[in-house]
Order: sequence, then structure tokens, then C-alpha cells
Amino acid sequence: MPVNILMPALSPTMEKGNLAKWLKKEGDKVKPGDVIAEIETDKATMEYEAVDEGTLAKIVVPEGTSDVPVKTLIAVLAEEGEDVKAAAAAAGKGAPAAAKPPPPAPKPAAAAAPSSASGANAAAPTAAAPSAAPKPGEPPRAAPQAAQAPAPQRGDGEGTGIARTNRVFSSPLARRLAKEAGIDLARIQGSGPHGRVIAHDVELAKSGRGVTAPAAAPATAPPVQAPADEKILALFEAGSYEVVPHDNVRKVIARRLLEAKLTIPHFYLTLDCNIGKLLAAREEINAAAPKDKDGKPAYKISVNDFVIKALALALQRVPDANVTWTEGAMLRHKHSDIGVAVSIPGGLITPVVRHAEQKSLSVISNEMKDFAARARARKLAPQEYQGGTSAVSNLGMYGIKEFYAIINPPHASILSVGAADERAVVRNGKIEAAHMMTVGLATDHRAVDGALGAVLLNACKALIENPVMMVV
Amino acid sequence: MAETSFDIIIIGSGPGGYVTAIRAAQLGFSTAIVERDYLGGICLNWGCIPTKALLRSAEIYHYLQHPKDYGLSAEKVTYDPTAVVKRSRAVSKRLNDGVGFLMRKNKVTVIWGEATIDAPGKVTVKAVTTQAPKGALAAGSYQAKHIIIATGARPRVLPGLEPDKKLIWTYFEAMAPERMPKSLLVVGSGAIGIEFASFYRTFGAEVTVVEILPQILPAEDAEISTFARKQFEKQGIKILTAAKVTKLEKAADSVTATIDDGKGSTQTLTVERVISAVGVVGNIENLGLEKLGVKTERGAIAVDPLNRTNVPGIYAIGDVAGPPLLAHKAEHEGVICVEAIKGLKPHPMDKRLIPGCTYCSPQIASVGLTEQAAKANKLDIRVGRFPFVGNGKAIALGEDQGLVKVIFDRKTGALLGAHMVGAEVTELIQGYVVAMNLETTEEELIHTVFPHPTLSEMMKEAVLDAYGRVLNI
Repeated sequence: MPVNILMPALSPTMEKGNLAKWLKKEGDKVKPGDVIAEIETDKATMEYEAVDEGTLAKIVVPEGTSDVPVKTLIAVLAEEGEDVKAAAAAAGKGAPAAAKPPPPAPKPAAAAAPSSASGANAAAPTAAAPSAAPKPGEPPRAAPQAAQAPAPQRGDGEGTGIARTNRVFSSPLARRLAKEAGIDLARIQGSGPHGRVIAHDVELAKSGRGVTAPAAAPATAPPVQAPADEKILALFEAGSYEVVPHDNVRKVIARRLLEAKLTIPHFYLTLDCNIGKLLAAREEINAAAPKDKDGKPAYKISVNDFVIKALALALQRVPDANVTWTEGAMLRHKHSDIGVAVSIPGGLITPVVRHAEQKSLSVISNEMKDFAARARARKLAPQEYQGGTSAVSNLGMYGIKEFYAIINPPHASILSVGAADERAVVRNGKIEAAHMMTVGLATDHRAVDGALGAVLLNACKALIENPVMMVV
Repeated sequence: MAETSFDIIIIGSGPGGYVTAIRAAQLGFSTAIVERDYLGGICLNWGCIPTKALLRSAEIYHYLQHPKDYGLSAEKVTYDPTAVVKRSRAVSKRLNDGVGFLMRKNKVTVIWGEATIDAPGKVTVKAVTTQAPKGALAAGSYQAKHIIIATGARPRVLPGLEPDKKLIWTYFEAMAPERMPKSLLVVGSGAIGIEFASFYRTFGAEVTVVEILPQILPAEDAEISTFARKQFEKQGIKILTAAKVTKLEKAADSVTATIDDGKGSTQTLTVERVISAVGVVGNIENLGLEKLGVKTERGAIAVDPLNRTNVPGIYAIGDVAGPPLLAHKAEHEGVICVEAIKGLKPHPMDKRLIPGCTYCSPQIASVGLTEQAAKANKLDIRVGRFPFVGNGKAIALGEDQGLVKVIFDRKTGALLGAHMVGAEVTELIQGYVVAMNLETTEEELIHTVFPHPTLSEMMKEAVLDAYGRVLNI
């Protein structure tokens, strides 16, 4: 019988997605593993692979359709030997296919607690009840919402949807290579039989090819009131501007930053840091980097890497500031998970360096290089940019002297790093030249008071000015 | 009126061609296969299969000469060369008939004659004098959307060593001797040369093997080759490596060879017969390739990983498409070729994973990289070895001379190569081939339970040895 193809839930919390593009036309033959459509979610465009073999009988939802709810019938597949026209006709009558048993939830465990999984990042403080609020880095506890999750069912619905199980088929060698390279197998597109991940795929993934973001950021926040579009358009002469539709990245940035600025009482602190020692240390460390056979150094630490490490350690030394505000309680974090703002074409994204206090500068540096490269390719997985306890934003490379970034929930602070330049400073009554860098700290006053923020920023400054203290 | 237009025409019905035809038919293509000599090609009729029949006779004869080793007695054991050859020919005939049956079963049309490609899509088949099987179509003009060349290869002829069918043989004559020669010179120590050397030595001939390269079985791991050489020499085969036959002088019933030992001195050797086994060359002639502009390289048709030539609609598989020249490589290329035509996106063949087998005594089997090749590629490797003397089944069989050797990538644990010499290793190697195809690491092999008592236990022991955990030695 015809197979209904439904809008997949590409992440535990996904409720809607945009049908960006159909890669198969009606009448095209489809094999398991063929990419049939591209589904756009918050921050990623994902390839939708067919599970069954057959002929694409009917496309129900045309490409370019936005906000298609999960499990909506989007197309119908006629299986081998079936009459394509009959299958297409049946689809028309049978729709919506929601009447059929839903496909098994791709990730039952994660689907069990949609609000708790997203609570930390949903920027809707009321949604995060203390009992359900997870600690970042820990799996969400089994929440009462589990009962709401669709029970996996077998039957006619089986065979629809994109993935029936969590298991990623892979060769032993591929598993070992992926582990060594620190790549999640689930993100690698397998080219072996039935999509099995083989060693070659991992080699490609290492260079960033064939890697997908398997799930996307939640899109659960309510729309925020803003002036009506007509009112804005009325201020400009018709034809004097071009209308560029928002993509999902732009929409998410707009929504989240507006929420942050509206719901978080920001306040700001500034300090100048003398980074003479840091620059010297950086030079020494980089000069000593072991080189591989191509003469490529094993690492090249940037000033920003030092700042990430300094903030991570400062948060450990001032644990009261390493917190997240929720309505019910304060979450005091054990680790320093530092988000780092990365500019990408059309927006920005904040991948999170987890447990940064425990990582060496070279590890942080290499992790950031990988994040930045994959962020630009929009290949970051949601778990790589969600959560975190604080963040670093650096506009020093643009010569910006100082600025204050908007806090990225669930963080309670963000460090804004300006340009390092030689300035005249007065020391012991004499004017000297010194390499100075201005850092600004924005904190969430609900969680971090002024004095506490000042202690945190001073701890940070002490580490930046005297980086050898990072090894203590 | 018989059909003259097909989806696919395959030229040559050797193991590559006929398997390709079956797979094409399975995929729903109307398929025809052109053959000029015998269904099944060299492999079934003058190669792989009849030589295995001959070597089986030699093996049994060898055991009957040492009955006491097994507590048995057998007296006045003799052989009848005519009967040995007759059995070999009967084996070939049976399989040759089998191919005819398979073609009928799969509704593959057999066209009898010699094919030329006039243009993409057009094949002219000329009549030949060989006997056509029942039901085959005659010479004429045929059309096909896709033409797959699977014409195989023939013995290489070196100047001065031209075979004459009487005193200087190729494998054709060596496979059907009228009597066993008392002395024999084998030029070339690849699989064909070594198998015939082994066969004739077992039946009592004085056999000398001359190899131009520094080791016999040049494609094999050096350690395995050295091990095999010692066994052959123990059996009485004389082996000259890094040596060259420079001249053959024919007398009435003997040949005198001049052999340059590579160190500046020469020797002469008079033998009854010479077997020239200096390799094979692709059958790329008289197909019309030049006119069509089909590219060839070093005597083979140039193809891409899906066996397409530079001319659309024309494909080549097997020996004629270049090395390694092995029946199983031809078969798999054919399958990939037609699956790609069907649009199934098959994985191109990984030539590193094609096993090689030589059926001399002791047998030799291998897959993947040799230790030398791994080192030449600057790979960081672990090597494991296990000798037959440590294996209970080998000792019970009375076959305690042999070696299993494995090569792993030190960093990833990937199995890079496996090399074996000894009894039945040609049947064992496939275990490693499957493992390599599944991208096994040492861990899976170590966690696999091998049945006891079998020779296969040595395959696990060799892996354990590579990781310092060998048990029975």
C-alpha cells in the first residue's frame, strides 16, 4: 500500500519546519537513503532521506511552504508494483494522514520531555519549572511530560518518517575513526550499504563534508509584539528599498535577542587589561607548537582563546557568578561552559566550549577552529550551540574599543572583548606605552549583582593580565 | 526472425562476461553474449578450473606416495597422464555445459562468432569455424544500447621465447600433455608458472623455475614467498631468481636454454619442454577500438571506476580492462558495470580488497597490502604471525608447514593485509576478505569465536600475535 511521507521531527522539540525544497519530482523513483527533500529548521537545513523504496506518487506540500507542523502529510510514495496514480489519488482522499498511526518517534527518549529539553534555551522563564529544569550538560530527567509523548507504534505507519531507531549503522573502523576525531557518528552521512557509515565517510567528515546537523534549535517562544509591518513600510517611499525575506537564522536571532533584552535586566561593567604578558606568552606558546610533516603547527592560540580560558577559570573562582536564573531557583553550575559568538553569513551563532575550565588552551583553540568552520557551513548540531553558562563576544578584530553584548539565555553574563592596542598608561607617575584591551561584562542583575559582577570581572582581568595564573 | 537488438551485448563469455550477462538479465535488460571459442572462456576451459583438476590429481598422487605417514600402505602406485588430462577436460566440459544452461535459464541470447564494434550501439559478428552450442544465433549485425567488452587476455609472448605448441608451451599445451616430460623449464614464477611447476614436479619431472625478479610469486609478501620457495626447493624444484632466459635452442625433442643469472655468468640447461608463463596481455585487437577512439593504456582498455570507457555506451571489464588479471575481479567489475547502467549506484570496487590464490603445494593466498608495500607507503603497522606447527588441526592433517601473517594499522587497528602459505589457505583467506570489507579492526577479530579444531584458528592466533596475545606458540 502507498507509504505516507510525513513532516519529520528533526529534533526532540521541533514542532514545525519549512519545506525548503523538493529534490525529487512526482514520478521519480526513490530508494532508501535518497535525499528527497530539504527541511529547514531554526538554524539548519537538513536533508530528508527516504526510508522506503518506490515512486514519489504525489507531493502534498509544495516546496517553499513555511511552518509545516510535524507529522503533516507532505508526500505519498507508491511502493514497487503499485499504481502511482492510484496511490496519488488515495493520498488526496486519505489526507490528512494523521489518521494513521504516527510513525515511531525518532528519538523516544528525547521526545519524552520537550519542554524540559528546551527549557534552558527557550528564553521563556515561566516554562522552566524548577523540578524540570535540567542542569546543562546533564540529560533531562524523565519528566511528567513523558506521558504526552506519542508511544512508538508499529503498523502501517512503520516505514514512514526518516529514522526508525537511534542506532547508527557503521563499520567498526568507522566507529573508531569517528571516536578519535571526536565526530558524532549520527552526524555523518553514511555511503555504505543502506546508509552504513564507513571509514571513507568519516575521513570526509573530518574535512567537514557529508556532515549534517541532525536536529535543530527549538522554536517554541511566542511571537513578540513589534510595530506592524505596514506602519514601517509607510515610512519609506515605495520602490526605494528591496524586500529581503527573513531566513530562519535571522528570525531566531531577532526573537531570542529581543526576548533577552526584554526579559533580562542587563547592567554593565568595564575594565582595561594590560595584555603585555599575555601577548608574550602567546608568542612563546605558538612558537613552541609541534609541527606535523607538512610544517603545520599543532595549534595556534589566539588572544580570544586566552579570554575564553580566563573567563572559564574566573567563573570557577567566583562560583556565585556561574549561575542561571530561573523563576523557581538559581542554578549554580559546576562547569564553565563558554559560548563564543561566531559571525556567520547572514547572522551569528554561539557554539559552546564545554568544561572550558578543564581544557588546555590548545584544546580550546582547536575546538573553536572546528566550531567556526562548521558554523559557517551551518553544520553545527544543536547540542553544540545550546546551553552554556556564560559567553565571550569579541569585536576586537574590527578595531572596536569597547561594547556590551546582549546576554544569551540561559547565561547570566557575557564578556565583550575590544581591540588590543598600544596606549599611554600612567604607572608610578610616569607615562608608559602598554598593550591594553578593554573588556566589558554584561550581567543578568537577577542572578549576578553589581559587586559580584565586579569580582568576576576582576578575576577575569587578573587571569588575562597574568596568564601564567591559568596553570595554577 | 531472431531478435537482433538488445539492451546490452557482452563480448566474451569468460567468467567476467557470463556473470555480467546473468546480472544484466536479473536487472531486466535484454542481454546477448558473443563468444567465438567456448562458453566460460579461458577460466573454465583452459585456466582456473582445469588446472585445479590437474592439481587435485597431483595432490592425491602425492599422498599415495607417502601412505606410511598416515599408517596406510599402497603399493605400485602409478599414474596415467592421459587419464589425468581426461579427467581435467571432463571437469571443464561439465562447467562449459553449465554456462550454456545458465544462459538459457536467464534468457541470455548467445551469439556465435567474432565481434567487432562498428560504432557505439552496433556490433558485427563474423562467422568462426568453432562449434556453436545449440540455440546460438549466427554471425550478423546486432545492436545494443550498451556494449561491454570482456574479451580477456592471452599468454604474453617474449621475443626469443615464442611458444611453438610442441617444445615451448603455453598453458594451453601444459594443460593437456601427451606424456609427462622428464625435465621442464618454467619461465616465470607467477601463479600460472608456479602451479605448473608444482604439478609436474609431483609427477616426477626435473623442474627448473626461472624468475626475472628477485623473488618468486612477485606479487606476494616477501616472507611468504621465501617460505614457499624453501618448500618448493625441499620438493626438488630448482629455482633461479633475478635470472633471465636469454636464448632457447630447439632440438628434435629437447630445448637448450641459456640462462643469465644476473651476476654476469650464464649457464645452459637442456630440458624436454619449456613452459612460457611470463604473464598475459589483454585481447584488445580486432574489436574496432582504434576507429571508435576507445582509449587504451599499456595493453588494456582504459576505464573509469564504473568500467566505462571514454566512449559513451562502451564498457570494458576483466583482464581486458587491466590488472589484477583475476576471474573474480572480472566478475565483480561486470556486476558493478551493469548495476551502474541500471542506475543502482553501486560502490566502485576497492582493488585493495581483491584476494589472490595460488594452488601449488603448499598453497598461497593473500589479500591487501604486503608488509613491504605497507612500509613503502610509510604506514605505521603491527605484524602478527602464526605458524602451522602451532595448530592442532594442521598437525593432525600432516600439514604442519605453513604460515599465517596479518598486517594492521597501528593507530586505527584496521586490517591492512593478510598473507598465508600452507594447506587449504586458499579456502581460508575469504574470512579475512569479509572482515576487511566490513572494515574490521583487531577487536572484532579477537572477539570472534573460531571453531576448534580448524586451520582457521590460526587466523585468530595471528591477530592475537599482532597484539602480543598469542596463545598456542
